[in-house]
Amino acid sequence: MKADTNTDLIARARTALDLNLPLTVEILYSFIRNEVHKFGFTRAVLNLSGGIDSALSAYLAAGALGAENVLALLLPYRESNPDSQADAETVVGSLGIPSKLMDITPLVDPYFAEFADMDVKRRGNVIARARMIVLYDQSVAFDSLPLGTSNKTELLLGYSTLHGDMASAVNPIGDLYKTQVRQLSRHLGIPEAIIEKPPSADLWPGQSDEGELGFAYEDVDHLLYLLVDERYRPEELIAAGFERQFVEDVTRVVQAMQYKRRPPIIAKLSQRTIERDFRYPRDWGR
Amino acid sequence: MLPERTNMPLQSFRIGLAQINPHLGDVPRNIQKHLDVIAEAETQGVDLLVFPELSLHGYFLEDLVAETACRLDDPRLAPLIAASEGMSILFGMVEESADRRFYNSGVYLEAGKVHHVHRKVYLVTYGMFDEGRYLAAGEHLRAYDTRFGRLGTLICEDFWHPSAVSIVHADGADLILGISSGPGRGVSGESQDLRSAQTWHNLNNLYARMCTNYVVYCNRVGYEDGVNFWGGSEVVGPDGAVVARAPYFEETLVTAEISADALRRQRSLLPLLRDERLDLTYRELRRIYRERYT
Repeated sequence: MKADTNTDLIARARTALDLNLPLTVEILYSFIRNEVHKFGFTRAVLNLSGGIDSALSAYLAAGALGAENVLALLLPYRESNPDSQADAETVVGSLGIPSKLMDITPLVDPYFAEFADMDVKRRGNVIARARMIVLYDQSVAFDSLPLGTSNKTELLLGYSTLHGDMASAVNPIGDLYKTQVRQLSRHLGIPEAIIEKPPSADLWPGQSDEGELGFAYEDVDHLLYLLVDERYRPEELIAAGFERQFVEDVTRVVQAMQYKRRPPIIAKLSQRTIERDFRYPRDWGR
Repeated sequence: MLPERTNMPLQSFRIGLAQINPHLGDVPRNIQKHLDVIAEAETQGVDLLVFPELSLHGYFLEDLVAETACRLDDPRLAPLIAASEGMSILFGMVEESADRRFYNSGVYLEAGKVHHVHRKVYLVTYGMFDEGRYLAAGEHLRAYDTRFGRLGTLICEDFWHPSAVSIVHADGADLILGISSGPGRGVSGESQDLRSAQTWHNLNNLYARMCTNYVVYCNRVGYEDGVNFWGGSEVVGPDGAVVARAPYFEETLVTAEISADALRRQRSLLPLLRDERLDLTYRELRRIYRERYT
């Protein structure tokens, strides 16, 4: 029998990643309702950046909990692209959800002034973490749980800020690859302009995901699907015709970013150490 | 030809599937939940009510296994056992043995007593599952006589081993009660259905047809730490046709009529059971055993 070529494998990944949309929506609505209600809340809050991921989380939350129960926070920094805020306002308008606009410049600029030599990455991380501070504080004010907006592709590649945009109580989209986020967004009627614009964390002017990562989301999603979901070994994929450099780079990044996906490690001293041998579900008694 | 057995043939009766969402690790609240569903089933004339795997405990218990396990003589179970004076009941629990092991058990109550206990044989310890870390594996696969005829209980992963189904079938079960806490996964558009649901429907259909048995599958619903349980509990007739099926993801009580005539009809059309060569199977298994274990 002829071995699969990379074309065959890509076709296979594309088919597998093609979502059963109504079923996915049903599970995610029910997920949000269950995991929010179980902890005694009826409401959720999220940071709405104007990008597709947070737009999708907002649409899912509004569908699950009702528009009036989802608060969107719009948290621009003075260097943010004005289009981001405009797109976020489009989402707020189309869903009819309550929102709060707050410029975080006065929150972070005094800190930046102390460290004139900060590079864009450090500054970007501070901005992402300042937004997390606002998100968690507003979650208390709105009596709600903070919703996550990180997708599976960025979680695997670690393309996000630890304790920044990665922070949430409940993440409905963390098991969806970026290309699946696009499918589901179309299905839910998110404005095409938000779906089509080049993905960007918008932490500094001109930043683009695909520029920084060095590959297109569609390509990396196919590769990640084969490596993660189907457990192909990198050498099998290289033998099938995938570019060696691409496969090795992605494999290395997934491994290197593992620390971001786990809670901080604890020095073991006792018989029962949290996480290691003190293991309880989060939904304990719920 | 398979030698015939002499126990009571399968009777016609009304079965109920309690597709519930247990509270994780909260046994008292779950006992009350069972009693509520039992009361509802009584109004619908249910003779045998089936709850899902670990219905008294919830599924992803981890270290809660040891903390919430119950002995069968636990006084908290008394109201549940007493409720089986009228209606027979199968439910799932973490059962603590005399020597302090913890089993994933399916407990069959009848006439106000614990009538049969099946301890899950095939603990699932791979992928998202970690049962073998916390639980002890059962050592028996037995059919048992009830007021409805001869039944067999299997728990979730037991169903993924055709040998377990074959043994219970060979032991004379005319109806197999499969209880499950099955997580839903696989949302590719390649299929109209959830992948795990499709697989289970296939298994239930296949086993019902191969055994010319009723197969009853009771799965739970709800979410634990983000994992969904898909429900879709069903009764499959001896011809493989779905007699009743619960919706996905919703707590429901579904009832169905088990028909002695339907079973008789199918076995007249398709006498697979009559032609079963248990003696040959046994000889060959003995040979394989000698070759591989000695």
